[in-house]
Amino acid sequence: MGYDLNMKVWRGDESGGELTDYVVPVEEGEVVLDALHRLQATQAGDLAVRWNCKAGKCGSCSAEINGKPRLTCMTRLSVFEPGETVTVTPLRTFPVIRDLVTDVSYNYEKAKKVPPLSPEPRQADGTYRMQQEDVERGQEFRKCIECFLCQSVCHVIRDHEDNKEAFSGPRLFLRYAELEMHPLETKDHREAAKAEAGVGLCNITKCCTEVCPESIKITDNAIIPVKERVVDRSYDPLVWLGSKIFRRSADD
Amino acid sequence: MTTPGPEQPDPERQSGGTGTATAAAPSGPLAGGVHEPTRADIGEKTLRKDRYWVTPAITVIVLVAWLTYGVVRVFMQDYYYVDEHHYLTPFYSPCTSTGCVEEAAHFGRFTPNHALIPFAVLSLPLLLVFRLTCYYYRKAYYRSFWLSPPACAVPDGHKRYTGETRFPLILQNLHRYTFYLAAAIVLINTWDMILAFGGDEGFGIGLGNLILIFNVVMLWLYTLSCHSCRHVTGGRLRHFSRHPLRYRWWTFVSKLNTRHMLYAWMSLGTLALVDFYIMGVAAGWFDDLRFL
Ligand code: SF4
Ligand code: SF4
Ligand code: FES
Ligand code: FES
Repeated sequence: MGYDLNMKVWRGDESGGELTDYVVPVEEGEVVLDALHRLQATQAGDLAVRWNCKAGKCGSCSAEINGKPRLTCMTRLSVFEPGETVTVTPLRTFPVIRDLVTDVSYNYEKAKKVPPLSPEPRQADGTYRMQQEDVERGQEFRKCIECFLCQSVCHVIRDHEDNKEAFSGPRLFLRYAELEMHPLETKDHREAAKAEAGVGLCNITKCCTEVCPESIKITDNAIIPVKERVVDRSYDPLVWLGSKIFRRSADD
Repeated sequence: MTTPGPEQPDPERQSGGTGTATAAAPSGPLAGGVHEPTRADIGEKTLRKDRYWVTPAITVIVLVAWLTYGVVRVFMQDYYYVDEHHYLTPFYSPCTSTGCVEEAAHFGRFTPNHALIPFAVLSLPLLLVFRLTCYYYRKAYYRSFWLSPPACAVPDGHKRYTGETRFPLILQNLHRYTFYLAAAIVLINTWDMILAFGGDEGFGIGLGNLILIFNVVMLWLYTLSCHSCRHVTGGRLRHFSRHPLRYRWWTFVSKLNTRHMLYAWMSLGTLALVDFYIMGVAAGWFDDLRFL
């Protein structure tokens, strides 16, 4: 059964813009992106909206719906109260290009800083061998679809532009965590996670975990383990002493 | 096309843009956070309309209430031990002050007896720091007391932010040591719990024992589900396959760890409960319900 949905959609570009009211006919079972598409097709032909898969897998359609960073293609209209106005804005952490489209290059710049994998040499038969239990932790992080909702909600950069320089953000902490847990990796990335990615700026308030559409436990399984590794290296005199005396490293 | 698109410059824009903008919305180069000039020009600091402030408000109320109760009890220096059934409240364990009654002092009496020094001066400050530096409580009080951030996508209450990179918050990195020591204190609490089965008339079980057990179980669950525990028991390894026992330990701790928040609140509750019960029995407000 169809009904009329009241929407407010942010229209504008870098020089300014505003929330514009629309009434969009929608069908039951539709998602916010359906409504945006209908709006584009019938009333606002020049509405800029980024999307690709409409299946929650490409990470393109990120926006903020009623103030919360979400995938528009995975937000069902049925989650709103009948009569509730649905407000859609672009991500409010990145520079806006036009309408709902933002410039997310910050994230790619940060990705360039992540060191590459430096695996141990191949075995005699020319292969690498890894045990399932050794790669399992990293596999969770591989579910990331790079929607950057976590990056957008993170108050470290959302509310403090000046931290963008020093802070790589939760999505990138997944990468550092994976390197640190990778069974073939030979290098130590703890200093990089601390100094280059700025993991110390995170105060583990877990908003990244709350918004992740892939339900990756970013804070518990990646950020805190990375923080604990930084403690091993930089703040734990016992571990430091042990590594000097027994020549033990985190590599065991 | 009726859309007020970007091609028509909006005369209202300078004053904050939208019809719903508030006059307080900052603009210009000093504007911060979501009001940075390059970002979408939206007046409101947050467009969330749900009651996102409820959780932080409840957190503040419960923590303040608990701390008030705790401070009152710790400096009461009375009603902490039920002589007849050998119940000792965790708020006074280990009771090391020279002011402690002898039966309650399982580890000797050697710390000064002073109105401003808790009887369990060796454990209480440590447990306080353990909980203050706990990854879960950090989240709880950063959000609720420090508003950094109060809720997701709601602006930080502070202009500047350096996270946990500077003094004093860099000290949060010491959580691991407090974990080791806190685990030792739970051992002491466990010992107190065992001693409480032997009252003046030999072995017995009362409601107090059940509450003491419940509390100790919660303390263990909270302590073992600690993120630092998860790291040191196995999380720090690169190769689980080379350390099967530690892998199993880590798997177990990881399971508990997913409920760390629950255990944090539960153990806070049982601590107050067991202390209140022992205070009540010791003060003679009610009798211990005896089963055996
Ligand atoms: S937990 Fe850390 S990285 Fe995640 S949103 Fe909060 S501050 Fe940002
Ligand atoms: S971690 Fe989750 S929220 Fe962040 S970019 Fe990946 S999928 Fe999106
Ligand atoms: S369109 Fe691909 S995730 Fe929404
Ligand atoms: S993380 Fe909460 S006690 Fe260690």
